[in-house]
Amino acid sequence: MSELLQFLLSGVTVGAVYALVALGFTIIYNASDVVNFAQGEFVMLGGMITVMAYTAGAPLPLAALVAILVTAALGVAMNKLAIEPARGAPVVSLVIITIGASIFIRGAAQLIFGKQIHSFPAFSGDDPFRILEATILPQSLWVIGGAVAVFIGLWLFFTRTLLGRAVLATSNNRLAAQLVGINTPFVMTLSFALSAGIGALAGVLVTPITMTSYDVGLAFALKGFAAAMLGGMGNPKGALVGGFVLGVLEGLTAGYISSQYKDAAAFIVILGVLFFLPQGLFGRKSTDRV
Amino acid sequence: MRLTAKSATLLGLVVLIALAPLFFPSGFYYRVGALIFVNALAVTGIVILTGWAGQISLGHAGFAGIGAYACALAPVHWGIHPALAVLLGAAVSAILAWLVGRPILRLKGYYLAVASLGMGILISMVLNNERELTRGPDGIDVPDLGMRALLKAAGLDLSNGEFWYFFCGIALVIGAWLALNLHDSPTGRALRALHGSEIAARTVGIDVAKLKLQAFVISAIYASVSGSLLALQNKFITPDVAGFMHSVEMVTMAVLGGVGSVAGAIFGAAVLTLLPQVLTVFAEYEQLVLGLVMVLVMIFLREGVVPSILRKIRGRGE
Amino acid sequence: MTLLSIEGLGISFGGLKAVNNVSFGVKPGEIVSVIGPNGAGKTTLFNMISGVYQPGSGKVILNGEDVTAMSPHLLARRGMCRTFQNLQVFQSMTVLENTIAGYHLQEGGSVLADILNLPASRRRAKTAEAGARTLLKRVGLERAAEREAGSLSYGSLKRLEIARALALQPRVLLLDEPAAGCNAVETEEIDHLIAEIAASGVAILLIEHDMKMVMRISNHIVVLDHGEKIAEGDPTTVSRNPDVIAAYLGTENAAG
Repeated sequence: MSELLQFLLSGVTVGAVYALVALGFTIIYNASDVVNFAQGEFVMLGGMITVMAYTAGAPLPLAALVAILVTAALGVAMNKLAIEPARGAPVVSLVIITIGASIFIRGAAQLIFGKQIHSFPAFSGDDPFRILEATILPQSLWVIGGAVAVFIGLWLFFTRTLLGRAVLATSNNRLAAQLVGINTPFVMTLSFALSAGIGALAGVLVTPITMTSYDVGLAFALKGFAAAMLGGMGNPKGALVGGFVLGVLEGLTAGYISSQYKDAAAFIVILGVLFFLPQGLFGRKSTDRV
Repeated sequence: MRLTAKSATLLGLVVLIALAPLFFPSGFYYRVGALIFVNALAVTGIVILTGWAGQISLGHAGFAGIGAYACALAPVHWGIHPALAVLLGAAVSAILAWLVGRPILRLKGYYLAVASLGMGILISMVLNNERELTRGPDGIDVPDLGMRALLKAAGLDLSNGEFWYFFCGIALVIGAWLALNLHDSPTGRALRALHGSEIAARTVGIDVAKLKLQAFVISAIYASVSGSLLALQNKFITPDVAGFMHSVEMVTMAVLGGVGSVAGAIFGAAVLTLLPQVLTVFAEYEQLVLGLVMVLVMIFLREGVVPSILRKIRGRGE
Repeated sequence: MTLLSIEGLGISFGGLKAVNNVSFGVKPGEIVSVIGPNGAGKTTLFNMISGVYQPGSGKVILNGEDVTAMSPHLLARRGMCRTFQNLQVFQSMTVLENTIAGYHLQEGGSVLADILNLPASRRRAKTAEAGARTLLKRVGLERAAEREAGSLSYGSLKRLEIARALALQPRVLLLDEPAAGCNAVETEEIDHLIAEIAASGVAILLIEHDMKMVMRISNHIVVLDHGEKIAEGDPTTVSRNPDVIAAYLGTENAAG
């Protein structure tokens, strides 16, 4: 029983990270129909840049802030330099571009940060809390709290602010949004900044637990994608739920089957969704216009 | 008689393979050549899948891994001759591609990219972790194909490098020939049609999902055979053959040369295989360069290098 | 006797009824036109009949078989084919290849034969090519056969789509604005072509904005407005119907 609870708690922690990555996917997908395979690199950059700023002597909160802002700026740059010039290209070309951007960022990170594994101290120490017979690290609470806070923040942004509604309108119908005077290029910029910033935040929060290196992005991208698909592509609530479900599945796989194959959980989820539930848990059907 | 694109490509390829050794400064280049041919074979499969069927796989190295480990394991464990192991690997890859592709190719766009990415990672995970069978990340020996000895007995004594150079060269010519046959055939036309307009392809009776699945299975066989040939000529293989970076290399090679063109695939494979051999610093920058190539080509030269150049030449001729 | 019958077809997009409870039938050799103002739901109706959209309600019956929401490639096998308002040609293929693509079903054959370039595969390709050339002559595009389809004029592309559809030897042909963007001479050519196809026994369902053409060639006209059928009948009856004049012809006349 305590074992199960322990697996669940660690599952929820990683699940929160996957939820954040999935939310990042969702924002860009909704604004532009682009599936951004470089989403995981934002997580890596968030952790890595914090490490760099922290080792350079910045206090941890400042280092984290710098990492998030720099990553958001890189996200915007990626949109301007790689996505926008290819607007209207077929899906395959866009997949190649975002995968290319992802490999490029990874290669650059390897040159700048080296191949070592990095970390920085947890925000509130390493003394675990006891919950019944299981334990949870304070940093895990930061991660879970972060995911929930981001979700609520996004929800308020999209439903309560004019700007957020403009983004939603653009995702519903790009042309109509332009016609009513919404600045769609700005919406794209904003989406990439938000998405990259959220990815970076995930990296900042989780690095004290899992540590980071230049090549962790791909796994995060795959799992964030699995979470987004499980929830239903384009649905923020689905992304959140999908992330936690995937995290728990992974935690249970690691605990009861094999820790070496915990990463397989994401793949099984992807295939399962594609086989049996192509619209995801909260997805809606789409219709092509001819 | 006018030279068709098909015979021009094949003729050019045969002449290149036959004459290139005259310019080799050392025996080492036979090895580089063989490596180019093996990569070009896999990339030809990518051309069929991505260039013609409009689908993208980010896990094709997984099939190369299956082909490679079939040659390493089947002869030792089940006493199957390495040549038959190549076929066994191809069959396993084809079946796996069919199983994974069947539900996914009914859906649109990026789903195959994601599912194949996951599949590739899973295959390389198995190869790394099942140490009792695969010996894990350190790699495993691969038995000799035995063909060089046969040739020697028949009076043709080739060095190891020479043998694999010509053997892989012939394999590539056959692979290119089959791909070009497909391109000009009714199936190839249907493939290009669905790439042009999926909805119109459906209205003329083309079963789009079935066609994409066929392309995926065929391209998986190409990747598998390429993996087998790599394992057999190195007589040693590590799980890296199935790794994500190998999948990315295949896609980048195809994209660079021209994802719709067999000649382009061979060109792309040649450039990106040669680069690390010529520039030793390349290893450090490999990811940076591959990523940059993918982005830049897709933005500025979407057809790839070879078709763009051909178009220029033809444009001037008219 | 009725080859294609539409029974109570309807669909909603986001709560808005785009097409509501539309019924009619088409007999072999008959030309039935669907007319109505822009946004009346004509193309949406076509998309439902041809399996591109899944109808929210109602049925499509083809030759006695319920083919509602059936995938377009299966409809093609049953003899239904269509053209598109906003053109769906295979841009980077030649005009000839575009037409040959219409022979896909008749070509049949296996991938294995194709990849090995077996004589059977080549023979099939040859037969299809011969058929395609005849068709191109019929629609007046034989001289453009080797050109890339993307380089053709709008009117020629419309005819190319018809040729490609004819390659299937359809029993029911759906034409979505075949004369749009064509000059008077081209329109008349298409006019003759459609009459000729119908005369060979094909049931034709037509969407067209050129009222003169519709009145000239239709046996039967169905009028849509705001997704509902407001009238139907032969050209004379329809053109005298007060509802139709109010909804459509009236505004057209006033504007033009």
